[in-house]
Amino acid sequence: MIDKSLNWLDDRLGFAKGGRSFLDKIFPDHWSFMLGEIALYSFVVLLGTGVFLSFFYVPSAHEIVYHGSYVPLRGQHVSEAYGSTVGLSFDVRSGLLMRQAHHWAADIFLGAIAVHMARVFFTGAFRKPREFNWIVGVLMLILGILNGFLGYSLPDDLVSGTGIRIAYSITESVPVVGSYLAFFLFGGNFPGSGVIIPRFFIIHVLIIPAILVGLLAAHLGLLVKQKHTQFAGRGKTEKNVVGSPMFPTFIAKTTGFLFMSTGVIFLLGGFAQINAIWQFGQYEPYQISYAVQPDWYMGWLDGAARIMPSWEWVGWGHTIPLEVFLPAAVFPGLIFAILMAWPFIESVHTKDHEYHNLLDRPRDRPKRTAAGAAMLTLLFGVFFASSTDVMANFFQLPLMDVLWFFRFFVPLAPFVAYFLTYKICNEMREAEGIGKRKHALVVERSAEGEYTTTESPVRPGDEHVELDAIPVPTFIDTSDPELATAAGVRRVIR
Amino acid sequence: MSDHTSGTGGPPATLDDPHLQPLAKNPKRMEALAALSMLVGMAGFVGFIVVYWVDASNEWEALTLGVGMLGLGVGVIAWGKYLMPQGPFVEERHDFHSTDDERSAFNAAVTGRGGLEVTRRKTLLGIFAVGGGLMTLALLIPGVRSLGPKPAKSEDNQGPTDVSLFTTNWKKGSKLVTVGGRPVQVDDLEVGGVLTVFPQGFEGSSPDQVILIRLAQLGPNDPPYPIAAPGRTEWGVQGYVAYSKLCTHLGCPVGLYQEKTQQLVCPCHQSIFDVNAGCIPQFGPAPRPLPQLPITVDPTGQMRANGSFDQAVGPGFWERP
Repeated sequence: MIDKSLNWLDDRLGFAKGGRSFLDKIFPDHWSFMLGEIALYSFVVLLGTGVFLSFFYVPSAHEIVYHGSYVPLRGQHVSEAYGSTVGLSFDVRSGLLMRQAHHWAADIFLGAIAVHMARVFFTGAFRKPREFNWIVGVLMLILGILNGFLGYSLPDDLVSGTGIRIAYSITESVPVVGSYLAFFLFGGNFPGSGVIIPRFFIIHVLIIPAILVGLLAAHLGLLVKQKHTQFAGRGKTEKNVVGSPMFPTFIAKTTGFLFMSTGVIFLLGGFAQINAIWQFGQYEPYQISYAVQPDWYMGWLDGAARIMPSWEWVGWGHTIPLEVFLPAAVFPGLIFAILMAWPFIESVHTKDHEYHNLLDRPRDRPKRTAAGAAMLTLLFGVFFASSTDVMANFFQLPLMDVLWFFRFFVPLAPFVAYFLTYKICNEMREAEGIGKRKHALVVERSAEGEYTTTESPVRPGDEHVELDAIPVPTFIDTSDPELATAAGVRRVIR
Repeated sequence: MSDHTSGTGGPPATLDDPHLQPLAKNPKRMEALAALSMLVGMAGFVGFIVVYWVDASNEWEALTLGVGMLGLGVGVIAWGKYLMPQGPFVEERHDFHSTDDERSAFNAAVTGRGGLEVTRRKTLLGIFAVGGGLMTLALLIPGVRSLGPKPAKSEDNQGPTDVSLFTTNWKKGSKLVTVGGRPVQVDDLEVGGVLTVFPQGFEGSSPDQVILIRLAQLGPNDPPYPIAAPGRTEWGVQGYVAYSKLCTHLGCPVGLYQEKTQQLVCPCHQSIFDVNAGCIPQFGPAPRPLPQLPITVDPTGQMRANGSFDQAVGPGFWERP
């Protein structure tokens, strides 16, 4: 029956030729390869929940009177965007779950991308021939951050409205063309002619997702074409891939992982309140709330804006707001440029232009690892600087002291991190027996008081010896009825 | 059957090949566990439908859905990890790049065939390139320019506030009103009190927002303001001062007034302005003082603007002198 259907399909699609080797495609088994899958699956949740939300959300700044079921807001003048977001949270069944799952999925999506990217960086998986895929990944990160910002701006609540105001001011800060850019984008001086919410909406639900889907296809297509990297190990070389086949093992594991990721996201969406816009209220340009932080992936930019000294440049009848333009535009631009260029920076520096399919251990590449640690220190530094006010309150310190601490910490700590990481990597490399499996030693004292040391026998359950890898058999002989029905009874072979 | 052996994979195997054995020590038990997990998952989904039917809370929906997905997920993963052929299997990598012959054939097509056309028809190519560029430019103009109005050029251009970064709606004589439109009287605020005010008719407008502070209890015959910024002795009245509420850093409302230290603090990026010294920035990223609005009191006790701001309000931009 299945044979017949497959043949019918192959008559029309001709997939069997290449399809078999696709089913035999080998996926290396390593936990760190799941990080990208988390990003992929939270993107799936984002698309699904996002479609649901778009059926109820109204992208309009038009003022209405709220009549929904949330009592404290009744009778208040709100924008349709805000009113419909509160409405889909309280008056649409499952709406709040979908909205909160959408928000959590976005935070997890970007977190997974960041961690996945760190894995790729520290293991050198971006090296030839995978430079393009690294760049595609960085582009998805940039678009993901941008779309996250646009998405949480849509409800038109007090917190997100403040974020839009800041985005306006950053646009305005671009030398020469800034005020033109801001006017074109917003349709005039802030808050503009009511066009920004519908514009953000169409960029958020159509333009960026379409580009992301395209980039994702390229990311996965290149992954299949170039095959996976793998860590060095038994039987693993630059010329092969060892692991589980696409079908059925990997498909089963990854499908299960899809369900688990979505399960966790929906649990968070139901139990961990996120972005309670009904508490913030409708955005009004003259209102503000205290101790408000943006979503985590915007924190580094907010922190950079906070610790920047007030260096406005004024001259020849013009103003360049460097105190805004440098931290909010030049700084992220530089970071992303360095990230994109890294594979080439490194290969120029190491003069290494070979193919690399085996991954590095981070300690074996002290300079790269140290550079990565420095970058992470810098980004975490500005990230924590985005909560100077909260820290000052929490630690009962003067706000100015906290700010001055970060003004020194952010530029200096990366150098310390580089130096320490470099040292630690080198010390680890020189340590004896590192990377080797350790065996317990038994120390015995004889009756005469003499000590002897012997290696312990293998502990029970520890005698597992991995088999040598074989190519996926072209054909499994299922003709022996006894073996076929007893499938799954473990043969004792080791 | 012989067809099966001529694939891309390795030699055929029999079912007792160790690579085809499951990883589980006790596959029967693992199979039962995986089944149990998936059954729990199924129960979760059924639960979700019930929960939705009776319109229970979001927490119940999340719990049932989460249990459903996790149960199903754990079961499938257990199946894949412990019950499917444990391998390991290997796949050879073939040379990723093309052979030298394939490359030179491809390159010859590009440089030869294509190059010939390029060298033969330089003029055509040039015209085509310029034409393509012009098309892009032509399409970009409406794509950008139609989006919004052009910003008014300078302070001389007294455009309305929605197209000018330089102007506000404050004029000499504008009544100070609250966001609800209530006119502000001179005895409305206690010492230490603050109020967000707008010019009458522009309540809630972003560029016009002004923070009115009562710093001292002073009568009509007292000096207007105990500690005035140089050159602005007459800008306050009866202990009141008024400043633009738009932070000069990124345009957030400077909404926190600390009476004890006489400071205005912006909650967004913690810029601090010294109210006693003309709201100059004391700390943080804000580069400029908050512009001050001259105010006065008319004979009926109504507070009014005594002019407009002497500069553009809000964050900096290129055209700002």
